[in-house]
Amino acid sequence: MIRTESLTKYFGTRPAVRDLSFRIEDSEVVGFLGLNGAGKTTTLRMLAGLLAPSNGTIEIDSEPLHAERSIEVRRRIGFLPERPPLYDEMGVREFLEFAARLRGVQKDRAGPAASEAMERTGLGDHRHQGIGSLSHGYRQRVGIAQAIVHRPSLVILDEPTSGLDPVQIAHMRELIRELRGHHTILVSSHNLPEIQQTCDRLLVMRDGRLVASGTEAELWGRSRGRVRLELVGEPERIRGLLPDDSRIRPTPASEANTLEVESTLTGPTEELVERLVGAGIGVRRVEPVTEGLEELFVQLTTEEAP
Amino acid sequence: MIVLLIARREINQALKTWSGYIIGASLLLLSGLLYNVLGVGAVPQYSRDVLANAYYFLSGTSLVAGILFAMRLVAEERQTGSLPLLSSSPISDGQLVVGKFLGGFVSVALFVACTLYIPLLVWIRGNVTVGHIVAGHFGLLLIGAAGVSIGLLGSVLFRSQLLAAIVSGVIAVVMLVLWPAKRLIDGPLGDVIGAMALHDRHFRPFMDGTISLANVVYYGSVIAFFLVLSRNVMEAKRWRG
Repeated sequence: MIRTESLTKYFGTRPAVRDLSFRIEDSEVVGFLGLNGAGKTTTLRMLAGLLAPSNGTIEIDSEPLHAERSIEVRRRIGFLPERPPLYDEMGVREFLEFAARLRGVQKDRAGPAASEAMERTGLGDHRHQGIGSLSHGYRQRVGIAQAIVHRPSLVILDEPTSGLDPVQIAHMRELIRELRGHHTILVSSHNLPEIQQTCDRLLVMRDGRLVASGTEAELWGRSRGRVRLELVGEPERIRGLLPDDSRIRPTPASEANTLEVESTLTGPTEELVERLVGAGIGVRRVEPVTEGLEELFVQLTTEEAP
Repeated sequence: MIVLLIARREINQALKTWSGYIIGASLLLLSGLLYNVLGVGAVPQYSRDVLANAYYFLSGTSLVAGILFAMRLVAEERQTGSLPLLSSSPISDGQLVVGKFLGGFVSVALFVACTLYIPLLVWIRGNVTVGHIVAGHFGLLLIGAAGVSIGLLGSVLFRSQLLAAIVSGVIAVVMLVLWPAKRLIDGPLGDVIGAMALHDRHFRPFMDGTISLANVVYYGSVIAFFLVLSRNVMEAKRWRG
């Protein structure tokens, strides 16, 4: 379990991350979203132990990072920065054994650990190839392999699909899916379909602050998005209870007084449902109108927080 | 042991890249030239004086070799983006700095070993003791190691290897000119400044074939000082970002 409390980082007098508190449960796959400069990479670098926070705390499995014992805590972390940290003059297997030893794997266990990481990341056929001669996609795979070679509980991936072609992105997505269940994973990406298809939950940052957190559906529900409802009641009464731009039409089943309504939320979904039920309107179904993560992303990262 | 693991990778990398060979070969050529033109000279000399002269010039090339071999140790990792591999690993900044230093030191030791042919020539053609050669080469190792520690500080401070080498070179020159500077300052302060000088007072005994504990401790202190400084800079960068 990862927990941050009031995490803050200043570069000089400029705050890059402000008062960030969140919690990630074991084996969760969490997507980190935000525009460039939102503070994602700074946060990930703090979580990886590369940067010390100016204020606040980070706990990995209830043990504080950046305290006296932080070196031991770093054994539980695997980190892939945006640019994979590789040594071009080394072969893939040699490099992974080196990375395993660095992360505290015993000498006699480093070989099997490297083999396992290569197998999981599909690098078996390239084990003796020099890293300098690998394609960008395979370099990225070696980057992931070095992050998991010591079986960490937390794997942090900063823009793992950066610079990959569509086929490589699909492979990378598959790879991240395969890591699910073995590790808690924190992925930062601008590739929204990748986040949508791999993550259980999203953390959205803007100007160094966390502006939203939850599943995609939850975020839609909390955002100033639209909601689709199936209501039972007199159309005129329903119209009076909803904003002017609401679209009301009979359901395809054409039951009497059963209407399908699409309306803009002016507050939490629960408030709207309470208002309708209080006025004697039957509420059969409520669902967010999720037209795409891209729209949600733009809404959360550019508008005022809900 | 993690320090040896880091050092071993440094040595492997140094042996696989051309830059180390080019630096080493250039400085060996320079050492040979200085020895022949200025060390041996045209005037007849005692062989022990020729050997002392040889060590005078070799101390300069060993110091420069130390700085040049060390300039890439951390700066290159920053340039290529591989530093997070080390910084996010469960190792302390002190272990990282010592591992890097040892890697650089082995390169200097190889360079110093390659210069052995010069005292051997004097030994074959002249009349010098093996002890003189042992003491002189031990001194070269010490001043070369001091060069690595100064170069490592530059490498920790800057992303650019060129900047790292320039700043380290300036630090070394400042430490060298402390000796002539002492003549300008009277009293105990002048003595203290002279005692801090990197070469004359502490290296001349090695040139003459004498190993004194005080001089070994001096070079050990210089190395430790710059390693601690490098570790503190690494730590500060973790805090400042």
